[in-house]
Amino acid sequence: MAASTLARGRAGQEVRGGAALLRGTVTLYLSLIVVLPLTAVVWRSSRDGWGAFWEAATQPQALAALRLTFAVALAVAAGNVVMGTVIAWVLVRDQFPGKRVVNALIDLPFALPTIVAGITLLALYGSSSPVGVDIGYTRAGVVLALAFVTLPFVVRSVQPVLLTMEPDMEEAARCLGAGPLTSFRRIVLPTIAPALLAGAALAFARAVGEFGSVVILSGNIPYRTEVASVHVFSLVENDDVGSAAAVSVVLLATSVLVLAGLNLLQRRRTRHAD
Amino acid sequence: MPTRGRLPLRILALGYLAAILLVPVGAVIWRAFGDGIAPVWQAVTAPDALHAFWLSLLIAAIAVPLNTVFGIICAVVLVRQRFRGRRLLDAVIDLPFAISPVVIGLALILVYGQAGWLGSWLAERGIQVIFSLPGMVLATVFVSLPYVVREVAPVLREVGTDQEEAAWTLGASPLRAFLQVTLPAIRWGVAYGVVLTTARALGEFGAVTIVSGRLAGQTETLTLYVENRFEAFDLTGAYAASLTLAVLALLVLLAMTRLQRKEGR
Repeated sequence: MAASTLARGRAGQEVRGGAALLRGTVTLYLSLIVVLPLTAVVWRSSRDGWGAFWEAATQPQALAALRLTFAVALAVAAGNVVMGTVIAWVLVRDQFPGKRVVNALIDLPFALPTIVAGITLLALYGSSSPVGVDIGYTRAGVVLALAFVTLPFVVRSVQPVLLTMEPDMEEAARCLGAGPLTSFRRIVLPTIAPALLAGAALAFARAVGEFGSVVILSGNIPYRTEVASVHVFSLVENDDVGSAAAVSVVLLATSVLVLAGLNLLQRRRTRHAD
Repeated sequence: MPTRGRLPLRILALGYLAAILLVPVGAVIWRAFGDGIAPVWQAVTAPDALHAFWLSLLIAAIAVPLNTVFGIICAVVLVRQRFRGRRLLDAVIDLPFAISPVVIGLALILVYGQAGWLGSWLAERGIQVIFSLPGMVLATVFVSLPYVVREVAPVLREVGTDQEEAAWTLGASPLRAFLQVTLPAIRWGVAYGVVLTTARALGEFGAVTIVSGRLAGQTETLTLYVENRFEAFDLTGAYAASLTLAVLALLVLLAMTRLQRKEGR
């Protein structure tokens, strides 16, 4: 019915003409800003053939950096699944003074520049730590930096789902003799699982690409604390653009895969909702 | 809900947030003012710091309006039009969320740098993109591109087109109908997107650091200045500049909370 109205009248014709113009503008903008530069990375990495790409992407230092990046990103995503769910649950089902402030502060890692996050964490957990914890320039430091910047993803993805869940079902389960853990596992978890997975995937993608906080906190020691993005950075600084492009393509492929997976998950969710 | 089990969870959640968020931020504030306010003020008003601050604002002032206009148009296209490739367009918009800023920086160098696709063409015309303002703006536009689209699209879907069509029948042109009828209805969504875009633009580090060349007092934004001071062991300078950015982040949080309430989330 909206379509028939659309087709009617002068305004309708103008809209159809304008629609193509708008679509063209959007496509052009995205192509120039996003697609063209990313194509250049893929092109540069494949310019000298598959062999050269493979050699550059599997240099020992690059391989070590990629391994560390994926291992830490997986660990951080898993940690977020647990802590993010706990935090979301406490924010939805628990009452305590200052809850609103805590709720607002969850977004701080999104608002705070990553370089400031790095400086901030190093001030407390670095070599001059006032609390006696020194994990600056270690792998634990990398984990801490990534845990900080990825904190909001799972919380913000699970929280709305928990909000729409009435506590009745859990209470009913409890009345039937289920313990709190059982009722969580059998009632809450299946409902929040898709949101949980989506949040964890976003956290993983973010952790794989993170640069600003890690560059400060990790000390960037090759083979030990150097993550992939920092490795790409040092390759660019040393004018080894070809190798940088090869490692970048691995990161880029990861991002695309995660986004494609999320897209699939989302479509399945909306289909179920219908 | 069980009272048993609730308290330990609360302690776990708040303890984690304190250890990872609150105490570190508190520590930086405490450290920055360790020697009183005077050195902090001096560090914040140092010429290079001020230049970095204004450069960050200038870049945001270019990137944010661009992405706002694009974001609104793109949301309209995604919500109201059906065409082939719409899904692909929808997916490409999210790429900047998921891509490492370092890869973005490298990508811009490969297009606009000396040896890049457009490098010699630009050089012949005396246009410098990399190691100067245009490159930094391009990097910032890239990283902050999806926010307005993603905030406006759901609101636009909810608002629908009925009122706009009513305006057409009263003789308003499509543009006028959109500006006067729909835009006011989606304004809080736009505002929320603008806040997020601004925060991302001011905070960008990785992509900008690669394309800027990091020339102190020239192509150094506030985030780059923080790193510069840190590398030079000038911790007071680094903490003071960090504090400026942290205050901006707090303002962003405040604006977000306000707007969420207005949107009735």
